[in-house]
Amino acid sequence: MNEATLTHAHVGVEPAESPLTPESWGKLGMWIFLAGDAMSFGTLLAGYGAIRAGSADWPVPSQVLGIQLTALMTFLLICSSVTMVKALSASKRGDRKAFTKFILMTIAGGTLFLGMQAYEWTHLIYGKHVTFTSNPYGAWLFGTTFFAITGFHGAHVTGGVLYLSVVLLLGLIAGKFSQKNFPNIVEIAALYWHFVDLVWILVFTFVYLI
Amino acid sequence: MSESRAAKGTHEVHEAHAHLGFVRTYIFSTDHKMIGRQFLFMGLFMLIIGGLMAMLIRWELAFPEKPLPVIGASKEFIDTGEPKTSMDQTWAEWLSKPESEQNWLTKNMPMGAITAPLYNSLFTMHATLMIFFVVMPIMVGGFGNFLIPLTIGARDMAFPTLNMLSFWVGLLSGIIMLASLFVPGGSAAAGWTSYAPLTAKVEYTGVNWGQNLWCISLIVMGISSLMGSINYITTIINMRAPGMTFFRMPLITWSLFITAILLLLALPVLTSALAMLLFDRMLGTHFFLPEGGGEPILWQHLFWFFGHPEVYILVLPAMGVTSEVLSVFSRKPIFGYRGMVFAMTAIAFLSWVVWGHHMFVSGMNPLIGTTFMMTTMVIAVPSAIKTFNWLGTLWGGSIRFTTPMLFGLAFVSNFVIGGLSGIFMASTPVDIFIHDTYYIVAHFHYVVAGIIFAIFAAITYWFPKMFGRMMNETLGKIHAILTFIFFNATFFPMHILGVGGHMRRIFNPLQYEFLHPLQPVNVFISISAFCLGVAQLIFLFNFVWSLFAGKRADRNPWHANTLEWITPSPPPHGNFDKIPTVYRGPYEYSSPEVAEDWLPQDRRLETTTAKGAH
Repeated sequence: MNEATLTHAHVGVEPAESPLTPESWGKLGMWIFLAGDAMSFGTLLAGYGAIRAGSADWPVPSQVLGIQLTALMTFLLICSSVTMVKALSASKRGDRKAFTKFILMTIAGGTLFLGMQAYEWTHLIYGKHVTFTSNPYGAWLFGTTFFAITGFHGAHVTGGVLYLSVVLLLGLIAGKFSQKNFPNIVEIAALYWHFVDLVWILVFTFVYLI
Repeated sequence: MSESRAAKGTHEVHEAHAHLGFVRTYIFSTDHKMIGRQFLFMGLFMLIIGGLMAMLIRWELAFPEKPLPVIGASKEFIDTGEPKTSMDQTWAEWLSKPESEQNWLTKNMPMGAITAPLYNSLFTMHATLMIFFVVMPIMVGGFGNFLIPLTIGARDMAFPTLNMLSFWVGLLSGIIMLASLFVPGGSAAAGWTSYAPLTAKVEYTGVNWGQNLWCISLIVMGISSLMGSINYITTIINMRAPGMTFFRMPLITWSLFITAILLLLALPVLTSALAMLLFDRMLGTHFFLPEGGGEPILWQHLFWFFGHPEVYILVLPAMGVTSEVLSVFSRKPIFGYRGMVFAMTAIAFLSWVVWGHHMFVSGMNPLIGTTFMMTTMVIAVPSAIKTFNWLGTLWGGSIRFTTPMLFGLAFVSNFVIGGLSGIFMASTPVDIFIHDTYYIVAHFHYVVAGIIFAIFAAITYWFPKMFGRMMNETLGKIHAILTFIFFNATFFPMHILGVGGHMRRIFNPLQYEFLHPLQPVNVFISISAFCLGVAQLIFLFNFVWSLFAGKRADRNPWHANTLEWITPSPPPHGNFDKIPTVYRGPYEYSSPEVAEDWLPQDRRLETTTAKGAH
């Protein structure tokens, strides 16, 4: 309100249009990056769809892949998004203890997800002989696309765990945590984490369920 | 509130930069202007290499399998084995060495004659360098970096460190690409489109690391341009000066904004596709190999889904430059400013739904082919809007034929020819006839190589701002006229070759009887191309000489309105003494409100401010 009247008093000058402060440029930058990253995932998934549609011997995913385990992984990742939201709100309240607790839970969720993915991969490669180049249950590219897409997602989760760990370490420095900008840093990391989570739901749907 | 913060920023900027050493100022600089200059120099260096490759290609097509002049062996030596010239002796010496000690030249051009594998690698690398390492670094990297903060009234980019990284990652990718020329097996040689399955298996081309490095280099380039586009979009949305609304931004800034969005969304598609291709080549997967259940056409779909927006990534900034130059040197407002913005936006949207027009002969459902034909023809509408608006800008203006203006006019003329041949090819039946012939080569050189005119316009127009000195106008005009003449003499006859059935990537056209009557055209084209190449020496001389000895430029040598011209030439760190306030659009030339024929965006007029300027 006050600002609006000030602007009108400043005759003939429209304000710069963006309501964003320099602190939130990073947030916009992250959104833009995620738009680009979504295109990389989109390309992989579209390629997967095209190859699968043209394949005569594509196996039914649920008969090769363990759906129960992956459902648990999905649940875990969704929970880690919830704890991320809690961590962000704690950082906004200035509650350092709660922030540390919730971001640690998020990191743990991500790490656990990666561990289960490593178990799943080992089981597929050594137990069922589904590899990056071959697949005894039908189309070879079933294995290729599976490892390419879950691998690309797993790389994002790994990056996210490292990223969140850096944010945690920053939060442990008392001076950093109380800075006005800190919730912003957490929010930018949270954006990335939710994106990785969202992509997983798509991957789970297209690669495992359908 | 924002102004006080900005003012505080100034002091920090000035103090911080006073202590920067040589390395932080000229090499690992985070200043958008220095990064812009670095991109410009990288692009110009690659332009020389890409241009020399074009000369070799033209030699081969005019005089197939004949030794090159100067470095080639003499005819007598090849016929009789008796060395005549000193070069003959060198060749005799080189070729007498055992296989393991042969050098790059004896392997790729024995006796100075280009071999077929080298020819394949030349046309592949010529296109790759020109697209990814000349037009993109100069227009998007160079002028994008230099102009975006200056034209919107900002002190720097939103993320200066990311900006610096973008250049160094880009340079790394350029080095990888050049290194691929010297690996065993030669560089990538399957065309810049790298169609799978030809490229998906080493045995199909015999090129191993050349093609791998090509993929890796472009993946690295994708990372560089991702960083660049994040910066450009964030900067334009957030950092515009007070009063600089979106619809007061110069068209060059609009074009770079739209280009950044296209880059952001298109390059990751290529990156993912390249990763799949690398997996096929190096890890034995079968994404694009039918014998393993893969889809060879999938590569074409992914490549062109990236590739067509890429064409507009290349040409939109060129259109932006042209709009600036035409308006300034006609001393008239641009005709239909908003129409220009909406036309660029429409082109950007349509560029996502036309990729299939590259694949009319690849095997496609005719209904889908027709759809792509329609969407492609629709692109002619916004393109024509732009062209007519340029003509409308010129109409009745008091035109000043400066060097940048000549280049701007040349760009428009060539764009019309390239655009019209584009409509021919959009039509499926016509395309089936001329697909993969020199007609296509003529078309995309009129559009994409025509961008060189916009690049020259941009360099000659902003040179005073970039380097603080004027370029020589006489040399500039001679260069502009010669380039225009030889460009058309080179590329126009290619239409005729194409309709005559001359294939696009052929090594020796003389192997077909029906192409023999067309060979004089090839010779004419090549001689024109050599003249075009030689004419560039004028520019090279003018550029280097003006860098050191050009006349000192004042702040606004062209009497232009946009914000970059209110800063000193070259602008200092932090750009503006005080962040300007913007009162009007960028093209208020010959305004009745002032005595001069230009009215800078930041000049406050009492009469208009009272009414509330729009």
